[in-house]
Amino acid sequence: MNENEMTSPGYEIPPELRHQVTITTLERIYNWGRANSLWPMMFGLACCAIEMIATAASRYDLARFGMEVMRPSPRQSDVLIVSGTVTKKMVPQIVRLYNQMAEPRYVIAMGACASGGGPFKEGYNVVSGIDKFIPVDVYIPGCPPTPQALLNGLIALQKKIKRQSLRDLPWYQKGPAEPIPVPVLGPDLMDPRKFALIREVTHRQAVQDQQEGEVAHE
Amino acid sequence: MSEAVPRIAQIPNLVDLFPDKVQPDTRPGYQGYLVGREHLLEVVQRLRDEYGYDYLSSVTGVDYLPEGKMEVVYHLYKTLGGPALVLKVQMPREDPRVPSLVPLYRGAEFQEREAWDLLGIRFEGHPDLRRILMWEGFAGFPLRKDWREPYFEEEAKPFKSRWPEGFVFRAEDRNPFGDNVQYPPGFDPETWTPPDDEAIYRVLKRASEEDDLHADTLVVNLGPQHPSTHGVFRMVVSLSEETILDLKPVMGYLHRNHEKIGERNTFLQNMPFTDRLDYLCSMSNNFGYALAVEKLMGVKPPERAEYIRVMMAELTRFLNHIFAIGFLLNDLGAYFTPALYAIEERELILDIFEAVSGSRMMCNYFRFGGVARDVSPDILEKVRRLVYDRLPRKVDEMDEFLTRNEIVRERCEGVGVLTAEQAIANSASGPVLRASGVPYDVRRAEPYSIYDRLEFDVAVRYHGDIYDRYLIRLDEMRQSLRILQQVVRDIPEGPIMTGKPQYQVRVPPGEAYGRVEGPKGELGFYVVSNGKPNPWRYHVRAPSFINLTSLVDMARGAKVADVVAILGSIDIVLGEVDR
Repeated sequence: MNENEMTSPGYEIPPELRHQVTITTLERIYNWGRANSLWPMMFGLACCAIEMIATAASRYDLARFGMEVMRPSPRQSDVLIVSGTVTKKMVPQIVRLYNQMAEPRYVIAMGACASGGGPFKEGYNVVSGIDKFIPVDVYIPGCPPTPQALLNGLIALQKKIKRQSLRDLPWYQKGPAEPIPVPVLGPDLMDPRKFALIREVTHRQAVQDQQEGEVAHE
Repeated sequence: MSEAVPRIAQIPNLVDLFPDKVQPDTRPGYQGYLVGREHLLEVVQRLRDEYGYDYLSSVTGVDYLPEGKMEVVYHLYKTLGGPALVLKVQMPREDPRVPSLVPLYRGAEFQEREAWDLLGIRFEGHPDLRRILMWEGFAGFPLRKDWREPYFEEEAKPFKSRWPEGFVFRAEDRNPFGDNVQYPPGFDPETWTPPDDEAIYRVLKRASEEDDLHADTLVVNLGPQHPSTHGVFRMVVSLSEETILDLKPVMGYLHRNHEKIGERNTFLQNMPFTDRLDYLCSMSNNFGYALAVEKLMGVKPPERAEYIRVMMAELTRFLNHIFAIGFLLNDLGAYFTPALYAIEERELILDIFEAVSGSRMMCNYFRFGGVARDVSPDILEKVRRLVYDRLPRKVDEMDEFLTRNEIVRERCEGVGVLTAEQAIANSASGPVLRASGVPYDVRRAEPYSIYDRLEFDVAVRYHGDIYDRYLIRLDEMRQSLRILQQVVRDIPEGPIMTGKPQYQVRVPPGEAYGRVEGPKGELGFYVVSNGKPNPWRYHVRAPSFINLTSLVDMARGAKVADVVAILGSIDIVLGEVDR
């Protein structure tokens, strides 16, 4: 943050203190601190995780942005980089990890698969994007995104954080946050939020099958 | 008996050996023998014990829907070398049962579970026949030809909706649930009781009741989100104090339906998907798939393309092994510094891949009958500088830093031992097999491409512990450099493609099994074509997946802290384990 950004207009700083004192808003200094010490979760799913490792290594050096501290525990991490294909078998674990992260928390969908299913979208075990279950802040295109693209995505997230206001963020409101219901593995993946819809459609299908059976019987 | 034992290169004539039990497969384009399922165990046992077919490479099923048949295909090899002996068992689709080969070859365990999971073939006598890639309770057997996925659009690509008009819709909009899901008619989610993990825990060995100490058995889950499982892999371990009694790998957390998608795709459309199998070594995967389809098509790439292919495959092997060593050290507790050293050289190789193919990791570089683009002289010059100067120095540097390191030796020597007999029985391949003292390398045992003309040694180590699996990777990197030096020296000028490059290749009906010595082990592609633009069956024999069979043998008796290092020494990539 340069000096112009830091110093809010309207306050006169005496010339002798100009390089020692700076005046800003609480929101700005707080967001500035948060944006530059994002700790990603050490969590790799698929091919994109290898590029994430390459980003953390010496040539691309994630440490320049204050993000080199990868934490294996969701309790200690600020940003969840969903790096790879989200499968139905894995998504309950991802939702659980997200629920366990302390707020404020951010999610980056890295690559085509995490953003929308990618090349494997048509597969029977693939979730069409992690945003079907958890809110995503930044989407990074690519298959896999290059380390430069991931860095760009992280910088985009930093910009987003710097624009946020303490007043309207959900995690600064009163009352605890509601955890996201963990999907259940049944005959296929079941989202608890959609149980009513599932029951309605399968019931309709059963009635339809029965009618067709009767018609065929006649 | 001695005159009946054939020479290595010959396949014994099974019809003479087992009259009435075996008949040759006479379908055009097919090879091998059909065995009645009631004779399978007997025939295979004699082949193993008397004829030296001690290595069961691949087990897979094929659903021949039009004929109303299921087929299980076995590829048997001798560890002394030579071509495959292909056995097939046919059965009616309504009654898909076949005796399990696990009593003879433990390496069949996971592959048979996979065939049960995806095709619904019941292997009788299998000790633990559960779903392996999907979860218990999943409806249907996805690889059966009459099973349709929720986003089903058409049997085969290119889909009419997309081509030639290019009208694209969102698959979600056509699904009544607005998502990639489907349920049996009349299903009520409220009445569903999710099957718990009891099935896994039940098969785990516990401390015996007669034990004097009456020690409790502790069951520990490692993964699927664990910093040292190299991805989304889960191990269920039963412990007596700190010693491992039993271990069950649980996988499928990255099952991306490679084979189902592959059977909808056209032949060439599969090439970029093979990149994403073992995502560290996309070039080797391309190689195996190209070989399998070229066998069916009967084309051979020109000389320059063969050299380029070998060059890329060996660079990939170097890249994979140096990455594997870096992350093995990571697992041993040397957090990230050795890995950083390893990644440095990896980036230089990735630069070459990016220059020739346009992508760092997912190269999609091979074509049937050649490669996609030529290698320019300045890239060749870069490769030359790498393989003569930088990379050999890197291997020596790693060797110097790590090999005699006291902590590395303390943690690795004598830990996670796999004997040669176990390795062969478990169908282990690649460095895991060779570190146990079996000098079996597909590049020598059944040479493909130009490997028969190149000078290199098959690296072999004899202790079968973590340390030897580390050392053999160093040895193989040195051999790879030796090959690369010959390749950059001898690479001829000329075309890089046989015939014109085309999007839609004509593949005659038949079956083919193409295998290469990938960095992780024997990577095989079993492809069945029925003359249409899409493969009828497309199966990947994934080395990481089958090498995991040995994990329990290595881990039993070790301490719980070692299991992470043992897993690191097998060097798995989850994209290939789960496909």
